[in-house]
Amino acid sequence: MISLAGRDILHAWGKYVFTGLGLGLLIGVTLSMAGIYRGMVDDAKVLLRNSGADIWVVQKDTLGPYAEPSSLHDDIYRSLLGLPGVARAANATYLTMQVRRSDEDVRVMVVGITPGQPGEPGYLLAGRRLTRSHYEAIADIKAGLAQGEKVRIRRNDYTVVGLTRRMVSSSGDPMLFIPLKDAQAAQFLKDNEAIRNDRARTAANPALNRPGVPGLIEAIDASKTESRSVNAVLVQVAPGWPPAAVAENIRRWKYLQAYTVADMEDILVSKLISTSARQIGMFLVILAIVSAAIVSFIIYTMTLSKVREIAVLKLIGTRNRTIAGMILQQALGLGLIAFVVGKTVATLWAPHFPKYVLLEPGDAIRGFFAVMAICALASTLAIRTALKVDPAEAIGG
Amino acid sequence: MPQAAIEISGLRKVYGQGDTAVEALKEVNMRIQPGEVVGLIGPSGSGKSTLLKCLGAVTEPTAGEIRFNGETVYANGWRVGDIRALRRDRIGFVFQAPYLIPFLDVTDNVALLPMLAGRPNAEARARALDLLTALDVAHRARAQVSQLSGGEQQRVAIARALANQPPVILADEPTAPLDSERALTVVRILNQMAQQYRTAIIVVTHDEKIIPTFRRIYHIRDGRTYEEAGEGRAF
Ligand SMILES: Nc1ncnc2c1ncn2[C@@H]1O[C@H](COP(=O)(O)OP(=O)(O)OP(=O)(O)O)[C@@H](O)[C@H]1O
Ligand SMILES: [Mg+2]
Repeated sequence: MISLAGRDILHAWGKYVFTGLGLGLLIGVTLSMAGIYRGMVDDAKVLLRNSGADIWVVQKDTLGPYAEPSSLHDDIYRSLLGLPGVARAANATYLTMQVRRSDEDVRVMVVGITPGQPGEPGYLLAGRRLTRSHYEAIADIKAGLAQGEKVRIRRNDYTVVGLTRRMVSSSGDPMLFIPLKDAQAAQFLKDNEAIRNDRARTAANPALNRPGVPGLIEAIDASKTESRSVNAVLVQVAPGWPPAAVAENIRRWKYLQAYTVADMEDILVSKLISTSARQIGMFLVILAIVSAAIVSFIIYTMTLSKVREIAVLKLIGTRNRTIAGMILQQALGLGLIAFVVGKTVATLWAPHFPKYVLLEPGDAIRGFFAVMAICALASTLAIRTALKVDPAEAIGG
Repeated sequence: MPQAAIEISGLRKVYGQGDTAVEALKEVNMRIQPGEVVGLIGPSGSGKSTLLKCLGAVTEPTAGEIRFNGETVYANGWRVGDIRALRRDRIGFVFQAPYLIPFLDVTDNVALLPMLAGRPNAEARARALDLLTALDVAHRARAQVSQLSGGEQQRVAIARALANQPPVILADEPTAPLDSERALTVVRILNQMAQQYRTAIIVVTHDEKIIPTFRRIYHIRDGRTYEEAGEGRAF
């Protein structure tokens, strides 16, 4: 026996290929959507892994530096160092802002770190680590900055001395690492007008501007412009200490919030990314429905255009099962063409997305079965129509 | 009397029920020998198509008897287990239009029937090629059916009807779209095939060009058949 479906596909291959192409682009979009979500989750995990920290310590009742604003005094890390199980601790600041390169703005997350301490990017693609305590920067490759390039953050120029990768915030902004002091200054910097205003107000306050106390007003002014805040303290535990126990200890004794890598992952994935995930999930559902509608419409019209042939096939003794199988195979064939096209285009265009797109083989396999199931489902309407065709129609009136 | 290929006695067909019932066939009696080609002629609405549908086992008669080669296939109900197999193996159909399957090539259009009957592909194709040779279209064996002329398509359709060597072929106005020369060619082919394969062929027709060729004609009027000797003119 020959494959009726195969012959029909070969005979009308143009129709199949073009339909498959259209459907394939739709499937490509679907796979990319899943890839975008996987990329977001993976970005978060890689970010946490590359930060070189076991515990994130943040302001009490906040969700950590990536999810909610948190402000800590910048000497807290010293007291953390005194706790059992804490090997190293370092301050970090996080601020998403526009920084200026020669002629355009780049949106980045500026991260203030202490060179050589937790929080430093774990892996450099090119260049070196921060060595001087001012005006140097390490940029994630996605920021598009080149080694040696100057970027302006607020009022100061920084030289990019190193490049790293896979260090992007949960909203997809590439990170730019600069020395902590600079970051604190940038974060809390007021403009000159505000400082002058402030100074005039302090000077006008008789309680602060006391005659006969030299240096007092200067000290007050200095304390106002100097920033003493950071967003988080990153902790590395000593070998043999379970991070969860150390974090528990920090929470109990220091009235601070402490998150382990697992906690942070949970926050990033289930809180920060969850809205995007639902958004993408909704898209997937709509795309699946649209694909199903398209497949069933196409298969249905293809079947309607073959009613006469189906009547003849039935008249000459073709089994209903064979006819249903023919239509089902055509739908599956269409799905197969579309899936191959979709997988190909998704792979081709994935690197061109601004954010990381992770195409997991598991998703592709699930996608394949979903496409096949949708096509099979979509062919039922056409099959029902075909089975209702009366062989007497072939004889006519 | 030799055993008839087709024997119909007292066949009745009523469409619908009650007030709207239409008695399309009232009393049909026919007897056709193997290798014989008979004409079936009648005015519009006389029941020709209904009779073909009953004989072709796509419409169930209301009463009467049908025998193929002495075997009762209908007697107030179908007497065969698998009606599909009956249509596939024991009846060939030729229509006014060829109704070939457009996505199969010429050979496979013919070979499909033996394949459906479970024959291996190679054997089915060899059989198809024999028939195409007999019908003088073997040179188009691997062509797409859409590339064939109307007459060639009709010959392929006849080859398909013969593919499973059925004892019976039912032809419904097979020459209607053809000019008189081609129409006579088709009739000649049907007669040759009937001879060669001992097939009984019923040709429903209005076609004045071919009516004189039949040796025997059944007239059908108001659902009743009347037998008549034809001219049996050479074609
Ligand atoms: N499915 C049906 N239901 C009800 N009545 C029918 C049906 N098919 C045919 N008839 C009626 O049965 C009678 C015979 O119809 P049939 O189609 O057999 O005629 P015919 O001889 O083939 O006519 P024509 O030469 O016009 O094709 C007609 O009166 C027709 O209206
Ligand atoms: Mg008719």
